[in-house]
Amino acid sequence: MSIDTDIRCDKTPNVANAIETLASHLHPAASWVVADHPVPKGREEVWRFSPVKAFKALFSAEGEAGHLNWATELPDGVTLTEITSEQARELAVEAPVDRVAAMAAERAGSAMHLTIPADAELTEPVRISLSGTGQTAFGHLVVSVGNHASATIAIEHSGDARYANKTDITVGDGAQLNVVTLIDWDDAAVHGGQTSLRLGRDARVRTVSASLGGKAVRIVERANFAGPGGELEQFGVYFVDAGQHIEHRLFVDHNAPHTKSNVDYRGALQGQGAHSVWIGDVLIRKIAEGIETYETNKNLVLTDGCQADSVPNLEIETGEIIGAGHSSTTGRFDDLQLFYLRSRGIPEDEARRLVVHGFFNDIIRRIGVPKIQKRLLAQVEDELEIMTAPTTIAGAA
Amino acid sequence: MVNLVISDLHVDVETESGPKQILKGVNLTINSGEVHAIMGPNGSGKSTMAYAIAGHPKYTITSGSVTLNGIDLTHLKVDERARAGLFLAMQYPVEVPGVSVTNFLRTAKTALDGQAPKVRTWVKEVNAALEGMQLDSSFSARSVNEGFSGGEKKRHEIAQLELLKPKFAILDETDSGLDIDALRVVAEGVNRFTSGGDTGVLLITHYSRILRYIEPDFVHVFVDGRIAAEGGKELADELEAEGYDKYVQAARASV
Repeated sequence: MSIDTDIRCDKTPNVANAIETLASHLHPAASWVVADHPVPKGREEVWRFSPVKAFKALFSAEGEAGHLNWATELPDGVTLTEITSEQARELAVEAPVDRVAAMAAERAGSAMHLTIPADAELTEPVRISLSGTGQTAFGHLVVSVGNHASATIAIEHSGDARYANKTDITVGDGAQLNVVTLIDWDDAAVHGGQTSLRLGRDARVRTVSASLGGKAVRIVERANFAGPGGELEQFGVYFVDAGQHIEHRLFVDHNAPHTKSNVDYRGALQGQGAHSVWIGDVLIRKIAEGIETYETNKNLVLTDGCQADSVPNLEIETGEIIGAGHSSTTGRFDDLQLFYLRSRGIPEDEARRLVVHGFFNDIIRRIGVPKIQKRLLAQVEDELEIMTAPTTIAGAA
Repeated sequence: MVNLVISDLHVDVETESGPKQILKGVNLTINSGEVHAIMGPNGSGKSTMAYAIAGHPKYTITSGSVTLNGIDLTHLKVDERARAGLFLAMQYPVEVPGVSVTNFLRTAKTALDGQAPKVRTWVKEVNAALEGMQLDSSFSARSVNEGFSGGEKKRHEIAQLELLKPKFAILDETDSGLDIDALRVVAEGVNRFTSGGDTGVLLITHYSRILRYIEPDFVHVFVDGRIAAEGGKELADELEAEGYDKYVQAARASV
């Protein structure tokens, strides 16, 4: 089955007088106080797709609270220092929106502060490699990127852990930042958390998130703007195998005029119990005139027994915008693409490989960190290797 | 002598309300060295025939056969038909995002020949074929058909025809939507393909315009899933002047 939705509104009706709907279930109240976030039961709107039991260790105020092992590569001028939790709150983009993120900030005990000075033009990426050896860990990372700086930050996760993160990234005016997040845990790992971005005036930010390994991964990715003119691109790829849960919850808050956002997440699912969740919320506030936003999620379902939940949401409070739209596609292979390739003599399995490669290459080529690009292309190969015998759906042309 | 023989071909298309018969017994033989034009009104089944011969999943051959050089294509998979020497230039070429034209062409050529083309000559051949279709070399790095204009898609089909060198080509309304310059470029490509005399072409068209540039040996009038009349080039001129009415009425009367 293939479900396509494509909604575009290039010019919405004028709803400038509408009331801001921030109290809706899409926008849980942010708070640093853990008690403000009750332990989720699984019926809450923001938890209803998640296997809450898997995250139990990250809800608890008791028990082990370690850190992951850090390895870093810091280009000249970049600093990484430990700061207190109080300092971290001052520097943060926003408070936690769920219990896991609140626990991450609370139980980390302190935070790490990465600074990229104003006007720095980094030619090499900042690399932060986080790894676990089976611990329960909490971490708060605050990143401050100075005005007009240009940098790439790559954050990689590997090994085994139960890990909650709170990450805040503040991007200065006119700065250009690439953030690459690689989640490549061992099979048993559990990872939940929140990453919040704030874009300065005319800042340009591209995030690429690749989620490959881990038993249960649930990442909240939020962004807002500190001034007009900011441009945000968010790309994601994920591979979900049997028994895995991978969840991305995105929220772009167009709270400043003439800002742009473009979100494109793509996943492939295979194996019994593979479950992906993608939530793409966009809020266009009354003040956000002249903005442009588009979000899309595509899921390629390679075998039976998988579930892909994909929910785009647009809340529009002003019609004075350039454009807003979203689309979501979940399905098997596109039979027409396969037919076209095969009609040129390419055997079916080879045609499938080409289509899957094409599906992901579109995102992977934007990463800009060759080592990670190579790693992901190899991952696509692995996924293709274990791809089981093809099943075609009659009449799905 | 190589030939494509279509015998008593019946084809159903899948629709939401079940299968619907479109082709009601088509007989046609194309020998190598020949160009056959099929003309007919909209909905007469011309494109259905093209897709059914190529093996499109939406169309089912319910009876009859199509043989290429004695090999019955109807029992072969889509890619096996192509490897038997068949090529379909599609009316609506499909976009394949993220797959570059270069990669696509090399993969297809390798599959057809059973071995990878020689790197040194192949790149030149690809560039020459694209250039011949007035597609600049930047097209080789672009995703297959993605963002191509209608005319560029059609010219890309003919560039493939020249590079992949099939025995028989079916051109499904390759001319529609082309301006006169593009039409000439496409026609020259097709004429180069047939110039050796060892290939056959089935050219499906709605307009006789392209037949000024590609001279057909035979013209067939297609009405209501069957061939209603056959003739030489002069038949195309007659259709141009008088339209299909005569044949449509006759087909209705015979039901």
